[in-house]
Amino acid sequence: MSARRLEEAFFRALMIAATLLVAASLFGVLAVVLVKGLPALTLDMVTKTPRGGYYLGKEGGVLNAIAGSLCLGIGATAAALLLALPIVFYLQDEYGGRSRLAGMARLALDVLWGVPSIVYGAFGFAIMLYFGLRASLLGGIIALCLVEMPIMARAMHEVVRMVPAELKEASYALGATRLETGRQVVWRYALPGIVTAVLLAFGRGIGDAAAVLFTAGYTDYLPSSLTEPVASLPLAVFFQIGTPFPQVQQRAYASGAILLAIVLLLSVICRLLARRSDVHVLR
Amino acid sequence: MSHISIRELNVFYDGHPALRDVSVDIPDRQITAIIGPSGCGKTTLLRCCNRLIDLTDGARVQGSVLIDGVNILDPSVDIIALRKKTGYLAQRPYPLPMSIYDNVAYGPRIHGLRDRRRLDQIVEHCLRATSLWEEVRERLRSPAAKLSVGQQQRVCLARALAVEPEVLLGDEPTSALDPISAQQVERRLVELKADYTIVLVTHILRQAKRLADYVIFLYMGELVEHGSAGDVFQNPRDDRTKAYLGGEVS
Repeated sequence: MSARRLEEAFFRALMIAATLLVAASLFGVLAVVLVKGLPALTLDMVTKTPRGGYYLGKEGGVLNAIAGSLCLGIGATAAALLLALPIVFYLQDEYGGRSRLAGMARLALDVLWGVPSIVYGAFGFAIMLYFGLRASLLGGIIALCLVEMPIMARAMHEVVRMVPAELKEASYALGATRLETGRQVVWRYALPGIVTAVLLAFGRGIGDAAAVLFTAGYTDYLPSSLTEPVASLPLAVFFQIGTPFPQVQQRAYASGAILLAIVLLLSVICRLLARRSDVHVLR
Repeated sequence: MSHISIRELNVFYDGHPALRDVSVDIPDRQITAIIGPSGCGKTTLLRCCNRLIDLTDGARVQGSVLIDGVNILDPSVDIIALRKKTGYLAQRPYPLPMSIYDNVAYGPRIHGLRDRRRLDQIVEHCLRATSLWEEVRERLRSPAAKLSVGQQQRVCLARALAVEPEVLLGDEPTSALDPISAQQVERRLVELKADYTIVLVTHILRQAKRLADYVIFLYMGELVEHGSAGDVFQNPRDDRTKAYLGGEVS
């Protein structure tokens, strides 16, 4: 075999190895969570709130954390979407894409992307103290929104940037305004990618423990109001796994499995919905 | 008075001249072909006529393009009305991300037409004018992106016609098409010149000879020669035109 063929084979093997490693680590995580959590994964886990004393109890379920996490995740994702969409549309060349403001916005998003979520949690906590608020669903949503927004905006920006300039020109050539082109052409063309960006951010948000630690608090009860503390699955995992009782630790893995299932289920649903608009994208 | 008159038009890209002192009148209800070697400014000239040039980063335009006596390069010109008046056909078809019907109805809708019956009529009329109606009437609601490239380009033509323009601008509109589709688009253009002033950029000399009534020859950003197709093709005056037509430069 010639040196070039050998080189080709060597790097091909490297690529396959890297790909397998990623797939294997996903299955590894799933396997550990399921094997350790399955004994505790009963119907009670998803239908009942904790019983038998605070979150360290071995009775009842984590419905409080499931409901809390859904409220936090959906609320924060909706809030982040409201902020990210106008930003990415503004960053198009037709609007402010070439301006100095846009350059600073891109830099800011990159930096914000890299800020650890515990810092957002502390930032949110400081603001809440200033306004005299206590840990609440609203506080958690704000902190998670800060975590999710840069991820969402950056991912969406890449998608919107990929909309062919000629496609937009076709719309402008018919006398469409920038807003009409944005709403009817860019939005539709980019929709599958925008959905992916939203999911990415949602996954990060709902799984984040650090940002909600001080801001959302923890409770044994179902979420009732924006100003009351809420439970969340990542914190349930965090508290349960820190106990010395094996049964409660088992429940931590079960809670983790539920969290994974929520993210997975939502991804599948959104992808099915987005596929309907996928047919318009030119290949 | 001619529909489109270009007067001392200069275009610079980041300071480099792309068009130099171009002045020409484009005859009404005829097909005018802009020919010349690659990079001579054909597309630039065309894009000045509907101000798509505005979207090009670093482009600076001087001079005037008069359409119906109004200088459309004037910043105060209503660009929406201008673009409604000038249909545009790009090199490759870019159907909008929506159904065939919505592609054609897009223009009339953004210009304020809401009446369903009227929209239906316009869509049918424009698809007939591009001989697509029989091919797509059963699947008007399916995505335009699923059509063949040739059909897509005719959807783009129908879409341009739907806003009832007076001028049709084509930037090598057949260059991405197979020969049969290209022929279909060419035939439609010949039919349409009864009602529209058509300006066509082409780098295919044979296409220019087949279609053009009037020819503009550009070379390195300069207008070298213009005149009726017969004159330019049979008796070119300038040496550069002779060289280009003779195939010495391309």
